[in-house]
Amino acid sequence: MGGFEVTGAKIYYTIPILGGIPITETVVNTWIIMAILTALCIWLTHDLKVKPTSKRQIVAEFLYKTAYNFVEENMGKQFGAFVPFIAALFSLSLFSSLSGLTGAYSPTADLSTEISWALLVFVLITYNKVKANGVLGYFKGYTEPIVVLTPFNIISEVATPVSMAFRHFGNIASGTVIMGLLYSALAALSHIILGWIPGAIGSIPLFQLGIPAFLSLYFDLFSSFLQAFIFCMLTMMYISSAADTGE
Amino acid sequence: MLEKAIVLGCSAIGAGLAMIAGIGPGIGEGYAVGKACEAIGRQPECKGSVTSTMLLGCAVAETTGIYGFIVALILLFVNPFIGKIS
Repeated sequence: MGGFEVTGAKIYYTIPILGGIPITETVVNTWIIMAILTALCIWLTHDLKVKPTSKRQIVAEFLYKTAYNFVEENMGKQFGAFVPFIAALFSLSLFSSLSGLTGAYSPTADLSTEISWALLVFVLITYNKVKANGVLGYFKGYTEPIVVLTPFNIISEVATPVSMAFRHFGNIASGTVIMGLLYSALAALSHIILGWIPGAIGSIPLFQLGIPAFLSLYFDLFSSFLQAFIFCMLTMMYISSAADTGE
Repeated sequence: MLEKAIVLGCSAIGAGLAMIAGIGPGIGEGYAVGKACEAIGRQPECKGSVTSTMLLGCAVAETTGIYGFIVALILLFVNPFIGKIS
């Protein structure tokens, strides 16, 4: 019965500049997923016609319309420019989480991925706040309602990206940990119960077949989709409330 | 050796204690889902928007539980206190 270990992403190669930039499994897998998504987009959108004749174009239009309605419902019409960003974030998050199903290291099980996404969202929030209120108005916003509360306002501002990143990471990582524990527990169980049978039956962990599929349905499929949805939803809420001038 | 064993054991106990944080989100999300069910029962036509709002609220309520889980993960698999033994 093997023990259960949680390890971070493997480091494949270290670029020897600036004190060494590690190329980890996360980076490689993210680039693979980005390549797949780009190829998918190119395939879906090449030679479009005014009147859709192919199923491919109908699927592409359906996906675009879904993304557009999703953004418009939650942010309003004036934020139509955010559709590509939100759609890209959603599909990257979804595909990254789902790539765990193939047995590869899922990039969303690494906190660095989510931290970078959350930082991107934080920059967008700050940009929209400055744009809506002006630089002075932005800094004045920290002293509201009274000056004494400034530290708490700064903490709550910083807590936004931190909690977004940890929420996504925690959900995916907890799924990974629970599935790993379940696999090792089932291996131990079948070793105890079937271990006395000589030959192949005793040495193969038979209980690992089938039983984890039900949990995998929740932790891998449902949770991946839900976390992508929630991350995009929160992004949209924060950005649209940041752009609100409060008038 | 004994010191290491004590630190490892206490880390495991600490991880278990940290996961008590899971109670709060459980109760809170239960309330949220219950109220959402009531709302859908009263107005079945609002099912879509009620469900998506409920999921968003659940995700936000979950944050404290996730923090507890991350503390537990760090205690179990990173073992930050092992290095403190001189």
